[in-house]
Amino acid sequence: MFQYDERKLKDQLLELIRLAATDLPKDVVESIQAAHTDEPEGSAAKSVFGMILKNIELARAESTPICQDTGTNIYLVYIPEGVGMRKLTSLIKEATAEAVDKSYLRPNAVDSLTGKNSGNNIGEGQPFIHFEEWDNDFIEFKLMLKGGGCENVSTQYKLPDVGLGAGRDLDGVYKVIVDAVNQAQGLGCAPGILGIGIGGDRAASHLGAKTQLFRKMTDTNSNPDLAVLETKLKGDLNKLGVGPMGFGGNTTVMGVKMGSMHRLPASFFVSISYMCWAYRRHSMTLNIKGEVSYD
Amino acid sequence: MIKLQLPISEAAIRELKMGDEVLISGLMVTARDAAHKYIHENWPDWLKPIMENSMIYHCGPVVKKHEDGSWSFVAAGPTTSIREEPYEAAVMEYYKVRAVIGKGGMGEKTLAGLAKSGGVYLHAIGGLAASLAKSVVKVKDVYMLEELGVPEAFWHIEVKEFPAVVTMDSHGGSLHKSIKAHSDEVAKKLIFG
Repeated sequence: MFQYDERKLKDQLLELIRLAATDLPKDVVESIQAAHTDEPEGSAAKSVFGMILKNIELARAESTPICQDTGTNIYLVYIPEGVGMRKLTSLIKEATAEAVDKSYLRPNAVDSLTGKNSGNNIGEGQPFIHFEEWDNDFIEFKLMLKGGGCENVSTQYKLPDVGLGAGRDLDGVYKVIVDAVNQAQGLGCAPGILGIGIGGDRAASHLGAKTQLFRKMTDTNSNPDLAVLETKLKGDLNKLGVGPMGFGGNTTVMGVKMGSMHRLPASFFVSISYMCWAYRRHSMTLNIKGEVSYD
Repeated sequence: MIKLQLPISEAAIRELKMGDEVLISGLMVTARDAAHKYIHENWPDWLKPIMENSMIYHCGPVVKKHEDGSWSFVAAGPTTSIREEPYEAAVMEYYKVRAVIGKGGMGEKTLAGLAKSGGVYLHAIGGLAASLAKSVVKVKDVYMLEELGVPEAFWHIEVKEFPAVVTMDSHGGSLHKSIKAHSDEVAKKLIFG
């Protein structure tokens, strides 16, 4: 039976939140550095990437949020058999409220009916926590902070799409993604990273798209067709010229990550989860000895 | 780099052109979604001295309250401006606001308003929250904190050399329109061949 020290775990979760809010992952920083190198001297895009890189360093050094919109806090939690979900949920919420007190997170949960901010980032559906049971003998918490600007340009298409000439195949998938990124312009804080969910019902499709965003920038899709399409899309989308913040430039997206799931014969959804350049995600594993490691 | 000191005159703002990089110093006020809705429903007089010949910053900050009751900004980048499109031209004209600072640009209604009442749209860099918070040297006051909550309250702040780019000017120029026109062409080729 997997056991853990609750008080200790709450503090370890708080550290996970601090890391997610203030410390951009290495693979993301390297992508931004590459984008910076790729822009011509004296261009607005070069200057924007330069300021972004400085901001990343400053946030890390001072332990302050990279972006004031600390987003929806999205957790994927993988647990061994028998570990209770309710206790973990309450510890995550406790750590969340403490993170607001420490100014790592903004109070970001607003009652949709009254407009009242809960003040501690906790509310119905906030933070978002998705549990899965697995065979490993440790717990893994994956956390992503996804801001409102990029969530607002995220979207879902239903194939066929007559206006775009997009049929029910990978070519149709390609077309709607090009359209979505063109519509988004700089509004999602470009350059973006795209998580794509193909198939499912509407809800599963969006969740599938978000789950793709937990992959590393540098990995390769295990499905060879999707691997080819990811590379093609990244190249073609960068021809759009939207650039960082929509100021124009060579990098409009830094990565495309795609996954598929089964669908009903009648439905063919393509969900596009647009993530901003402030691609804040970290993970933490907790082993049976109570030791944690962060990635 | 053009230095702007607030308050600023309509004539000085009309000199700015799309693409100009600016550094702003002086007093301005944050206002975003709920604040704009509130203004549009109430048109309060108390905002007049705060907004006249000054700027509105579309920002919902992360703040810190100190033991003496004073506040400071911890993280303070821009939020998406287009959500204020229904209100902004009227707000700027009524209160003689000379610029809004945000991200993503705004639409035709605001662009026409900038020409009419004498204003510009200033684009700050989204996600630059740690750096931009350093430009906020003082939180002078906060209004409607209880009613609107931290991100949505009116924060009256003093900034020093706050960096932004003019992406919409008072002469009809909009960087957002020209970038979109180009990317529409490319997207059309990619989609329809």
